[in-house]
Amino acid sequence: MTDPLPVVRWDTDFDVLSPTYVADPFRIWDQLRKTCPVAHTDRRGSTWLPTRYQDVVDLAHDVDHFSSTEIAVIPFAGEPPDEPVLEYGLPPISADPPLHTWTRRLLLPWFSHRRVEGYEPLTRSLCAELLDGFIDQGRADAARDYAQQIPVRVIAAILGVPSSLSDTFTGWVRDVLEFADDPERRIRGVEGLIGFFVEEVARRKTEPGDDLLSDLLHSEFDGEPVEESVVLGVAALVLIAGVDTTWSAIGSSLWHLATHPEDRERLRSEPDAMALAIEELLRAYSPVTMARVVTEDIDFEGCPMKAGDKVLMNFPAANRDPEAFEDADRVLLDRELNRHVAFGSGIHRCAGSNLARMELRVALEEWLARIPEFRLAGGEVTWAGGQVRGPRQLPVVFP
Amino acid sequence: MRIRVDPDKCQGHARCYGLAPQLFDVDDYGLSTAVGDGTVPPELEDRARLAIANCPEFAIEVIAD
Repeated sequence: MTDPLPVVRWDTDFDVLSPTYVADPFRIWDQLRKTCPVAHTDRRGSTWLPTRYQDVVDLAHDVDHFSSTEIAVIPFAGEPPDEPVLEYGLPPISADPPLHTWTRRLLLPWFSHRRVEGYEPLTRSLCAELLDGFIDQGRADAARDYAQQIPVRVIAAILGVPSSLSDTFTGWVRDVLEFADDPERRIRGVEGLIGFFVEEVARRKTEPGDDLLSDLLHSEFDGEPVEESVVLGVAALVLIAGVDTTWSAIGSSLWHLATHPEDRERLRSEPDAMALAIEELLRAYSPVTMARVVTEDIDFEGCPMKAGDKVLMNFPAANRDPEAFEDADRVLLDRELNRHVAFGSGIHRCAGSNLARMELRVALEEWLARIPEFRLAGGEVTWAGGQVRGPRQLPVVFP
Repeated sequence: MRIRVDPDKCQGHARCYGLAPQLFDVDDYGLSTAVGDGTVPPELEDRARLAIANCPEFAIEVIAD
């Protein structure tokens, strides 16, 4: 990926892939909220960037004017394929009602509180195993050796696909989300994912298992079996959405704890503080930005949005808005008033939010139990941005 | 104090259940409801207020007697 042209004006020519934005978007949002709360750019097509909490929430709730049929923050850079790879996209995330409504109902029971409790022992033993792998070395890359390895394996178990392919899955998901600017990588990721699920679906027709993929394949809508392209889209979505979002949240939280000894000490000595702390870490380091496409010309907060324009659902900036959160830029583990929208707002609320919360909590609990003291190793910390923000390289030491 | 969850507003964030599991049920589709007839025991009123203050959809209401 080549560095984009440097940004001089963030209000009229922003670029979410600019290294400045990826490294520290917080100051840019603060500035924009004061001067131009809904910024615009023509880089990669006409796109709007809201930065205020209320605007992001209002946009998320207006599903008639702001459709989810284009959710990629970074649009496909090459020639679009003649026919879509998946006829229905990735429902329910890339769908509007009514497709959204019934495909979401297929998925939700798999991520209910009750089910998620059942995934906790697996998550815990997975974390312990990863920690065993590096604890004696006194150093680790908390992103690559730990955070990155957890959600992908849990989601593989839920889907019923081999966790031995975790690195392959992670590669495909990064191709689709993180390196989306590179047409070759994006195509490789999409084809890898779809090809894989086509084979897995074929196998389950004769050998159904007790897993999400088999369940989707044998579910019905309106008395008819669910079409295979819907099954493929939902399965690909579960893998994509279940991998680097939570991995980024775990990584950012470990970065925070590595750099804030008082918060580390607090969570270690007061396990009961974890519940509110998790919400605060999710607020302060919200990983996910989504996109919407404008369905008809509309004036939004004085901005003349045209049909076909993109709007970036800037949940991370909403969660740093001082109008909505006191001391918005400070991490206060005990924050009691915290209506954060890290998992979105309205009908597209992250279907996996219960799972993500559990994974984040267990990952931090297990890490702190084994590695109570740690700090940055001094090596380079790198961050990914765009659709999902989080550390990709996070060297820490625990001598 | 009595509370209820507006089913048209609730989107299944489950913040209320996380903060006050004694006061809320959440079904397999994420929809929260107040336990029983929504009456909050006095010792849990602070918890109820915490749940109300954290619902991102403003879906929890206090029912006026």
